[in-house]
Amino acid sequence: MSAILSLAWKSLLNRKGSMILTLVAVALSVALFLGVDKARTGAREGFGNTISGTDLIVGAPTGTVNLLLYSVFRMGNATAEVSWPTYEKIAARPDVAWTVPISLGDSHRGFRVLGTTDAYFEHYKYGRGQPLALAEGERFSDLFDAVIGADVARELGYEIASPLVLSHGLGTASLGAGHENRPFRVVGILAPTGTPVDRTVHVSLEAITAIHVGWETGAKNPLADTIDEKMIRSFDLTPKSVTAFFVGLERKGTILTTRRAINTNKGEPLMAIIPGEALAELWSVTAFAERALMAVSVFVIAVGLVSILTSILTSLNERRREMSILRAVGARPGHIFSLLVLEAGLVGFLGALIGIVLIHAILLVAGPMVEARYGVSLAGTGPGLTDLYTLLAVTLASLLIGMVPAWAAFRRSLADGLSVKV
Amino acid sequence: MTDPAILIEGLRFAWKGHAPVLDVPSFRLARGERLFLRGPSGSGKSTLLGVIAGVLEADAGKVSVLGQDLAALSSSARDRMRADHLGVIFQMFNLVPYLSVVGNVTLPLKFSAARRKAVGGSADAEARRLLGRLGLTDAAMLDRRVSDLSVGQQQRVAAARALIGAPEIVIADEPTSALDADARDRFIALLSEEAARTGAALLFVSHDASLARLFDRAVDLAEINRAGATA
Repeated sequence: MSAILSLAWKSLLNRKGSMILTLVAVALSVALFLGVDKARTGAREGFGNTISGTDLIVGAPTGTVNLLLYSVFRMGNATAEVSWPTYEKIAARPDVAWTVPISLGDSHRGFRVLGTTDAYFEHYKYGRGQPLALAEGERFSDLFDAVIGADVARELGYEIASPLVLSHGLGTASLGAGHENRPFRVVGILAPTGTPVDRTVHVSLEAITAIHVGWETGAKNPLADTIDEKMIRSFDLTPKSVTAFFVGLERKGTILTTRRAINTNKGEPLMAIIPGEALAELWSVTAFAERALMAVSVFVIAVGLVSILTSILTSLNERRREMSILRAVGARPGHIFSLLVLEAGLVGFLGALIGIVLIHAILLVAGPMVEARYGVSLAGTGPGLTDLYTLLAVTLASLLIGMVPAWAAFRRSLADGLSVKV
Repeated sequence: MTDPAILIEGLRFAWKGHAPVLDVPSFRLARGERLFLRGPSGSGKSTLLGVIAGVLEADAGKVSVLGQDLAALSSSARDRMRADHLGVIFQMFNLVPYLSVVGNVTLPLKFSAARRKAVGGSADAEARRLLGRLGLTDAAMLDRRVSDLSVGQQQRVAAARALIGAPEIVIADEPTSALDADARDRFIALLSEEAARTGAALLFVSHDASLARLFDRAVDLAEINRAGATA
């Protein structure tokens, strides 16, 4: 068999031109397939790693996925808020160990601003339960202190004590429509987490209230600028509402009953979700798109395999003579059959191998850019079992597909015998 | 050593749905004999060689190679028989394009343990020795692509391939038709000489009756083939 394998290899080298084209087709199709798979896995892992240790997320009634998206992933917007007294009532429940209130709605140069309390740094966990860590500086203590995520610091070049002003809403507000009358100061920079926290500006809940003094009607009151900082500090800055809050329970066992109690809250209607459950629901939504993408990339691999078939089938006529020579020197029809099957297998194997190397090279180069832009980490997708299985599957499929030309040559070699046609 | 190299008795062969091509009552090639078989193209030469090589099956009669009745063998046993005991040279285009000169010569050894054993030591060294005997000594030439060789050189490479591992029978089917007269005579002399050294019987087929003088014995296919397909 090794003699036939070496013949197959030499025969492929002899047809470098068409073999390289076929290799490229197979390699690109395998790279596409693995790229789609890795983006999918990366996105799932990234999302799954964003929140950990939080038992419930509570907000105003909306869709489960929507609440998860805006509270944890800073995607989309809340349509309603939770009033402060209701928040305090839930926080005071005996089965609740801790709560982290969050207030969203403002931004700073494209990065979301999150108003919260000290509890955020204590209880918000990501990955496998890692807490947030400060790379530099400290948590906010003054009203106009801000703690920024790693990406915010890197992309905007901010350091400790850099000033920043917030914009009202999420767009890049035009001058006069923002909060430039209330400048903040960076006091802390968080270590990178690979989650949306990296792209968030954190301030205190009181600060959110403070910058909205004069905005009670929903738009800026022209007189707002006449209220100076000293006056604001003298106001009662207890928030009137929060966007949502994270809840940790005393005992995990009460999670379902606590959720029911919150969902059936008398007075203001509330909705509590379990993060893992909401994620599962999100995946069931995206599963359709994922499956469609996977199906398309599988078909692209099939096209790559067909190109192997085509290149070998078209070579058969010009190789008729070669087959007769092999027969004359003692090759059995079975040898001819294995020669062509092995040629197809070799092309499939090498093509898949090149494809795997290619996609990992691309991930290495483009991974950090994708992460910075879309927050999807592809770092954890080094060479793995998926690559190995893909390599094996493509090689096996190529061997199978090689049986088509091999069978044709097999039949022909029986009929041709030694009478070599020129 | 008493069995002849090739013994044919009452052979008949017809392509499916056609008139018989071969009807050979008797044909014999002794071991070590150098026989010239003359026949014009279309006289059934190639068919006869196919039958002797065990690639085609006779409809009737007996074809023995080295005392072994081919009809009694399975097709894969006939393939092995051919690999072990037969060297074949064609008219042209004898060589596998993607193998080197030496790779082409050693090719039969990959399919035959018996011929590997007959060579004993290094296959490449034996190939180079045979090529040297046939006048191909230029080391640079041996590394060239076979398609860059002249037709005469290609035929000598094919002869070396047919002779390697000392098969008992060498069949040459019009091997000199593409060569000029000088090269032709030299080729036949070299081939005969090497066949004599290894003790191989040589069955040389050609339409050119003037070559008969170079062999031990000459037979006209038209005389032994009653099917008379001389078209």
